[in-house]
Amino acid sequence: MKNQKLLTSLVAAIALLLLPLLLQNFGNAWVRIADMALLFVLLALGLNIVVGYAGLLDLGYVAFFAIGAYMFGLLNSPHLTDYFPAIAAMFPNGLHTPLWVTIPAAAGLAGILGILLGAPTLRLRGDYLAIVTLGFGEIIRVFLNNLDHPVNITNGPKGISQIDPLTFFGYSLGKPHEFFGFRVESVSMYYYLFLSLVVISVIICHRLELSRVGRAWMAIREDEIAAKAMGINTRNLKLMAFGMGATFGGVSGAMFGSFQGFISPESFSLMESVMIVAMVVLGGVGHLPGVILGAVLLSALPEVLRYVAGPLQALTGGRLDASILRQLLIALAMIAVMLTRPRGLWPSPEHGKSLQNNRA
Amino acid sequence: MEIFLQQVINGLVLGSMYALIALGYTMVYGIINLINFAHGEVMMVGALTSWTIIGLMQESMPGTPGFIILLIALLISCVVAATLNFVIEKVAYRPLRNSPKLAPLITAIGMSILLQTLAMIIWKPNYKSYPTLLPSTPIDIAGAVITPTQVMILGFTAVSLAVLMWLVNYTKLGRAMRATAENPRVAGLMGVKPDMVISATFIIGAVLAAIAGVMYASNYGTAQHAMGFLPGLKAFTAAVFGGIGNLAGAVVGAILLGLIESIGAGYIGALTGGVLGSHYSDIFAFIVLIIVLTLRPSGLLGERVADRA
Repeated sequence: MKNQKLLTSLVAAIALLLLPLLLQNFGNAWVRIADMALLFVLLALGLNIVVGYAGLLDLGYVAFFAIGAYMFGLLNSPHLTDYFPAIAAMFPNGLHTPLWVTIPAAAGLAGILGILLGAPTLRLRGDYLAIVTLGFGEIIRVFLNNLDHPVNITNGPKGISQIDPLTFFGYSLGKPHEFFGFRVESVSMYYYLFLSLVVISVIICHRLELSRVGRAWMAIREDEIAAKAMGINTRNLKLMAFGMGATFGGVSGAMFGSFQGFISPESFSLMESVMIVAMVVLGGVGHLPGVILGAVLLSALPEVLRYVAGPLQALTGGRLDASILRQLLIALAMIAVMLTRPRGLWPSPEHGKSLQNNRA
Repeated sequence: MEIFLQQVINGLVLGSMYALIALGYTMVYGIINLINFAHGEVMMVGALTSWTIIGLMQESMPGTPGFIILLIALLISCVVAATLNFVIEKVAYRPLRNSPKLAPLITAIGMSILLQTLAMIIWKPNYKSYPTLLPSTPIDIAGAVITPTQVMILGFTAVSLAVLMWLVNYTKLGRAMRATAENPRVAGLMGVKPDMVISATFIIGAVLAAIAGVMYASNYGTAQHAMGFLPGLKAFTAAVFGGIGNLAGAVVGAILLGLIESIGAGYIGALTGGVLGSHYSDIFAFIVLIIVLTLRPSGLLGERVADRA
């Protein structure tokens, strides 16, 4: 039994490592899809800490993603030096902040904002929290959209472009490299970076789940009053869940910024938040394999459908636009999955009562 | 002062439209504890249906007075929206009544995307100009102006609210609704059919949303498949603001929200010396919401839903 498990993980690991090299042959677009899927897995893992473990429904999670992305974008693009002569004078070669400063900065700022968001919401329960976090997400987006005036910080709806690619131990991930005579494209380089981040995150999440903190979160999720009565500091633990979730969001945002090279408020709409929640719930809230499955499905599906929707469109006589058809299929899939498997595609074997509707 | 009065009028009109949508949210939430994300889309369907009907009627029966056309279009879109919401509840929410709480939330989100997509297919994604059916000469009130359309919006809202309050407080259905909101199981034992009550709630909510949709489109003169999203969000905010599950709270919350938004948008430029512009109007609602909920976690008038953690 144990051997079999080891074998499966080994096969999976090799498959994951070879995947981009295989996909590369079909074109970089496919590797890009895999990259984005990994990035969304990272985001979903972060949100899973907040929603899955602590049971706090956060509908503004994309705000932290945005903060990370903008933090990275501002520190690694010509935008600030273009608009602020003082900064241009300080950095004559342009702002190219090293990775070891930007990533902690993005993670830290997002984490602090996560705690700041958590603080006023501590007294709120359930769906009130959902609406407040939703509002927070919108506030951040409106600011990103309008902070180009009177001082141009975010460049408004035009967004920030020419963001540097990540440089990792002297390897710029922005261009292809040769390893042992094998050409690894830039997108594949990013793939390996994201994959290692996902692996690290999975380990962190798994350890958290088993730790005292994780148990306390789950106790809060099951019954907050009982948890409090048992001496759990619900305030600190809830803030910690918000902070940790936000940190994950900040890091993945920074990755997104460098990967795309361009960011604008459009990428951080409420719809994105909702999609991340959908990933977590669709896969199986609170269960790591489920969350990963949900994130991969919902992020990769629309992109893969882009290729499938063409022929399907031809079948309908070109009446339906491919993008509309794609959206239609996603919506139908979300409804169908929830109707057939209300606890998610891959739910955890033991389930808390807070996730059951004990009203009827 | 004239600017202030003008913004108050605009705020009242905006708030009354939010109120109609917010009531649908709050009734559904009060009874089955579901944030019905597709509610804004029901409003959109109502608006677009009325747009089609108005187009058809203007073509086939030229010369009919504008108000009559609008009334007929309003009635038909109410019926369409009510049928739609009835079906949505039956197909997407009822099977999940006893499932984990997040499941119906996701189907509601899926439904919202589905409705927007279908509307895009049926009505095409472009903005439609919504005809002005009422006389467009504005009425002057102490220097501020109000259009006949806005008067109609206030009138329709007042009538709808009065009918709803009568329905909830003085009819058998209303009593059944209140009983189900309190405790569906006990209500069932008392001879109330919770399933029927829930269907009725969705139908009433859809009628109010369709009215709001027609009003919204006539006020702004456009209709489009994505028009329901933001008003839906604001209306939900209003419902939470007033205390969710509380009908009077939803109305008070919505009107306050409308006032805050339009007065805020009118004055923020002057107050901050032009640093912040009226682009920020969308965030007032949320900032006020966060402040209110921090001070009063169950909304301004308190919630009517019992604590079912």
